[in-house]
Amino acid sequence: MSITLEHVKYIYSPGTAYEKQALRDVSLEIPQGQFVGIIGHTGSGKSTLIQHLNGLMKAPSGKILYDGKNIYEESYDMRGLRSQVGLVFQYPEHQLFEVDVLSDVCFGPKNQGLSQEECEARAKEALALVGFPEKYYKQSPFELSGGQKRRVAIAGVLAMRPKVLVLDEPTAGLDPKGRDEILDQVERLHKETGMTVILVSHSMEDVARYVERIIVMNHGEKMLDGTPQEVFRYYKELEQVGLAAPQVTYVMHELKERGFDLSPDATTIKEAADEIMRSFQ
Amino acid sequence: MEMIHAEKLVYEYDKRDEEGNVIGTNRAIDGVDIDIPQGSFVAVLGHNGSGKSTLAKHMNAILVPTGGTMWVDGRDTKDPEELWNVRQTAGMVFQNPDNQIIGTVVEEDVGFGPENLGVPTDEIWKRVEDSLRSVGMIEYRKASPNKLSGGQKQRVAIAGVIAMEPKCIVLDEPTAMLDPNGRKEVIRAVEKLRKEKKVTVILITHYMEEVIDADQVFVMDGGHIVMHGTPREIFSRVEELKSCRMDVPQVTMLAEELRKRGLDIPRGILRREELVEALCRLH
Repeated sequence: MSITLEHVKYIYSPGTAYEKQALRDVSLEIPQGQFVGIIGHTGSGKSTLIQHLNGLMKAPSGKILYDGKNIYEESYDMRGLRSQVGLVFQYPEHQLFEVDVLSDVCFGPKNQGLSQEECEARAKEALALVGFPEKYYKQSPFELSGGQKRRVAIAGVLAMRPKVLVLDEPTAGLDPKGRDEILDQVERLHKETGMTVILVSHSMEDVARYVERIIVMNHGEKMLDGTPQEVFRYYKELEQVGLAAPQVTYVMHELKERGFDLSPDATTIKEAADEIMRSFQ
Repeated sequence: MEMIHAEKLVYEYDKRDEEGNVIGTNRAIDGVDIDIPQGSFVAVLGHNGSGKSTLAKHMNAILVPTGGTMWVDGRDTKDPEELWNVRQTAGMVFQNPDNQIIGTVVEEDVGFGPENLGVPTDEIWKRVEDSLRSVGMIEYRKASPNKLSGGQKQRVAIAGVIAMEPKCIVLDEPTAMLDPNGRKEVIRAVEKLRKEKKVTVILITHYMEEVIDADQVFVMDGGHIVMHGTPREIFSRVEELKSCRMDVPQVTMLAEELRKRGLDIPRGILRREELVEALCRLH
C-alpha cells in the first residue's frame, strides 16, 4: 500500500486562544515496503502526523491517499484502513488488559470478526514474529518484564496483519539490550513480510542504524527528507532545531577537518569504521 | 564523609496471586554495599528489573530495607524519627515530568516544597529565584508548566527539589522521555548544580553518554552490584557490560571496532575528542 499525503494541515483548538498549527502543508509519499524514520523535537508535529495515517485524526484541509484512493471520501472503508495500518503508541504496554498474553493479542482480530481458531492462529503467528517465547502465552501480561510487555503490545497490532506498521518511540524506557532486541525484531519483520514500517524515534543512532529514509519534522513542516547519509549531512541545521547527528558522524567531520582524506557521511559504527580504515590505507 | 552508605542491603517483597495470597517472595536487592562520598557524582546503570530504581527509592526512604541498613548523611532510614530528615537530605526526581508538577505557575510549583518545610515567605521567594536560575529556567517563572517542553518541565522539577536545599539529589531516569535537546538541557543543569552547589548527584540512566563525567559508576544486575569503577574502567569492559544488557557510548564502540581491525587505539575512550586525537596520532 503506497501512502500519499497532499498538503495536509492540522490546527489544534482553532479559533481559540490556544490555537496551534500542528501540521502546515505536509506533502509526502511513502511507497509500499519502505522502512522510514521520523525524527523531530517534542512538539514538532510527528505524533500528529502519524495519527493522521490511519484516520484517527482528520485533516481539515489536504488529502491522504492509500493506493491512490482518498481516505476522506464518504464511501471510503475507514474501518478496513484501520486494520491495515497498525499504530503502536508510546508505552503501548499500558494498553494491555487481558488475563493472559494470548487473549490480549487475540483482541484485535476478534474485533475484526474472525473465528476463535483463526484469532488464536493469528495471535500465535504475531507472537512468533516478535520473538515472544511460547511458554509464557498463558501468563498474565502484567507479570512480564518491560521488554516482553512491549513485544506483546506490538504483537497485538501485528495480529491484525497490517500492511503498514507505525511505531511511536517503541524503545522509550527500555534498557540498551531491550532496545536492540525490539528494533532487530522490527527490522526482521520488515524484511520477512515486506511490510511498510514507520518508526518515530528520539534516538539518532537507532534511526541511522535501521531505516532507509528519514523524514525530519520541524514546526509542523517537513524540514528534510532523504537517506540517513543525506539527512545527517545537515547536522548543524539539525542542532538548531533540537536534534543532532549520531556521535560517529561528528567524529567523521572532525577527522576531515583535521586533514583526513575521507567522506564524513558515515552514520553507523560500521560505515565509520570502514571509512576510517580506508583512509589509513 | 559518606552521603550514602549501605551495608548488606536487602529488599524483599511478597509476590501475590489475584486473590492476594502470598505465593512467594522476590528479592529486588540482594546484599548491596555502597559508599557514595559527599559532593560526588555517581551513576547507576542496570537493565530493566535489575534493582536500580529500588535502590534509588531507598535513598530517600520511599522504601526501607527488609535486611541490612541504609544510612543517608549518617541517618538510618529505618528509624521513623529520622524519616523527614532523610527526605529533606535526599531529593528525588522521577522519569515522567508530567507526574511531578502540581503548580499552575512555574514559580508556585518550585515554591511548594520549601513552603511545606515551613520556610518563611521571603526566604521561599529567594530560593525559588535561586533554584530557577541554577537550572536556567528563570525567564519562565511566570509561565504555565503545561506550556513547557519535556526538558523544561524536568528542569522545573529539579528546581523544585533544589529549592528544598537537599544535600543530595537522586535522579531516576530523568531523561528517558525526552528528545535529544531535552536530554542535553537536563544533564547540563545537573552538572551545573553539582559544581555550584556541591550537591551529591546520583543519576540512574539507560543513556551511556550521560555517565562519562561521573566520578564512579555502579552497574546492577539481579539485585547485586556487579561492576564498579570510573567510567573509563567500566566502559573498557565492553563484553562484560553487554552481558548485563548494557551498552557503551557509540564513540567507545567505534574505538573498539577500530582496535579489532588492527589500529593501535587505547581502551576506554569516552569522548569524541579523545578518539579524534588518538586517530590523529596514528595518521
